[in-house]
Amino acid sequence: MGANMTGDSPILQIRIHGRGGQGVVTAAEMLSIAAFEQGRYAQAFPSFGSERTGAPVVAFCRIDDKPIRLREPILAPDVLIVQDAHLLQQIDVFLGLKPDGHVLINSRKSAEEMGLGEMAARLPAGHLVTLPATEIAMKHLHRPLPNAVLLGGFAAMTGMISLEAVVHAIGHKFKGEVAARNIAAATEAHALLAAAKEAGA
Amino acid sequence: MIKQTEGSQAVAEAVALCRPEVICAYPISPQTHIVEGLGALVKAGDLAPCEFLNVESEFAAMSVAIGSSAAGARTYTATASQGLLFMVEAVYNASGLGLPIVMTVANRAIGAPINIWNDHSDSMSQRDCGWIQLFAESNQEALDLHIQAFKLAEEMSMPVMVCMDGFILTHAYEQVDMPDQAQVDAFLPPYEPRQVLDPAEPVSIGAMVGPEAFMEVRYLAHAKQTMALDRIPEIAAEFKEAFGRDAGGLVRGYRIEDAETIVVALGSVVGTLEETIDTMRAEGVKIGVLSIRCFRPFPMAAVRAALARTARVVVLEKSFAVGLGGIVSTDVRLAMVRIHVRGYTVVAGLGGRPITQDSLLRVLRLAVADELKNLTFLDLDWDIVNRHLAREAATRRSGPIAENLLRDIGSGARPTTAGKAQP
Repeated sequence: MGANMTGDSPILQIRIHGRGGQGVVTAAEMLSIAAFEQGRYAQAFPSFGSERTGAPVVAFCRIDDKPIRLREPILAPDVLIVQDAHLLQQIDVFLGLKPDGHVLINSRKSAEEMGLGEMAARLPAGHLVTLPATEIAMKHLHRPLPNAVLLGGFAAMTGMISLEAVVHAIGHKFKGEVAARNIAAATEAHALLAAAKEAGA
Repeated sequence: MIKQTEGSQAVAEAVALCRPEVICAYPISPQTHIVEGLGALVKAGDLAPCEFLNVESEFAAMSVAIGSSAAGARTYTATASQGLLFMVEAVYNASGLGLPIVMTVANRAIGAPINIWNDHSDSMSQRDCGWIQLFAESNQEALDLHIQAFKLAEEMSMPVMVCMDGFILTHAYEQVDMPDQAQVDAFLPPYEPRQVLDPAEPVSIGAMVGPEAFMEVRYLAHAKQTMALDRIPEIAAEFKEAFGRDAGGLVRGYRIEDAETIVVALGSVVGTLEETIDTMRAEGVKIGVLSIRCFRPFPMAAVRAALARTARVVVLEKSFAVGLGGIVSTDVRLAMVRIHVRGYTVVAGLGGRPITQDSLLRVLRLAVADELKNLTFLDLDWDIVNRHLAREAATRRSGPIAENLLRDIGSGARPTTAGKAQP
């Protein structure tokens, strides 16, 4: 557990960007289940816009130590998870990001290779991380569904939730073989980013 | 049991705990997940005995509900938006006949232009239909209100609409405390109808009534809603006693005791308003919020008592009567007859436009300074409005309004998250 798991930590706001059909809303829901599993209050909800397959989709998750009353969309996220890196050319996913925020992007490329070196430099070290989530998903699920993979990575990167809680949340949303494969994929992503963090520290 | 779940699923489970014997519904966003959840429970045999009917329209859904309720079955349905409008004739019949059907309305805008997102236009269009209308602030309250609704409906022989914000609540995952079957059974007795279609004791229901008694039948509907004003807070108190939670009742005030400004609102926006009020209180502004939890019958005396000592009232509503202004505001003003208070109406969140703290702070600060207009549309994009008015003034064949405005925005669609602030 990270520093944010203490008793009176401020509200944590996570915004997830992706495309319709990529499990963006499910990712936010699983994140809320994981946080609940760790004894916290959590609220997940979809954005109120287009919901066509392939269209840009946004989902939100708030995590707090007290009941959450606020229901506005997340305008100033602490964490951004980007499920489709092509969105970076289409919309300003970084809009409103806190100066000490975390960014996790689904890509084989490094932040520098993606032209995000300047953005990475503005954030604290290790706060902008890429993860080949589609490749990991293809390996385990044989489908390009990166949502659970990115949650495993998010857990390793930030320590804001545990891998165990992510595994529980996946088990809540999926059953049998699909759950097992998503758990394997999330676990691999967690190990990958935990090792990277260790190496960087 | 405390768990993290979707609002629709929580409502489905709560309805199942109330042991409905007939559920009939036609799918429409954002209500669909509720009846899907109930359908799954019936199919799995977890809700029995219960007949789940897939019908061909919302008009059929309410017609089946009328038939099954008249036959003595505890009956539930759910709808939203155009679906509610399509069943309206039967909606009036259900209340006119005094049948205790419970229906969830997952609040959604009404077209045209077609829009699947949240506001209160659908429920407000039916405010005079004779149903009781309860509004939920959270998923916990939505769940709790359904359990209270069956008790209230059956005691009063009157249908109850539980209104919950579409998407904002129905599609939100949050923590809820789900009661167990024994708790709900102890709170909600089996349905004992006042009237029932029973071959052993035949009656007819639905007589034609002429001028000799029509007014009296209608007056009795009003008298019963007036009686419900006493019973609704009692049931909320009984619920609190049994389940330990505050839910339902007529109104709920937050920091209103010494408030010089009180914001009146319904539904899930009350949570965002409470956060906003805390911010303004920290700045020394004496402000509070009054949540109207029961809109029909309208709690005239409770609203009047809550607002009697304040200097100004801001009604923030997700509904709007074209050619008049606020709908809730009109009722609140009626409750305030002969009380001197400055009144403002803020129409907000139509068609799913996000209601943000920043926008609320801006408009409430103007209200506190008495610089707000009597009728304000929160975050209205005046640029595209004025552009269209200019277009109409300039040319006769100015074209379809919705398409013109979308073209003016440039993207062909509204931004997806928060008005103009988001990608």
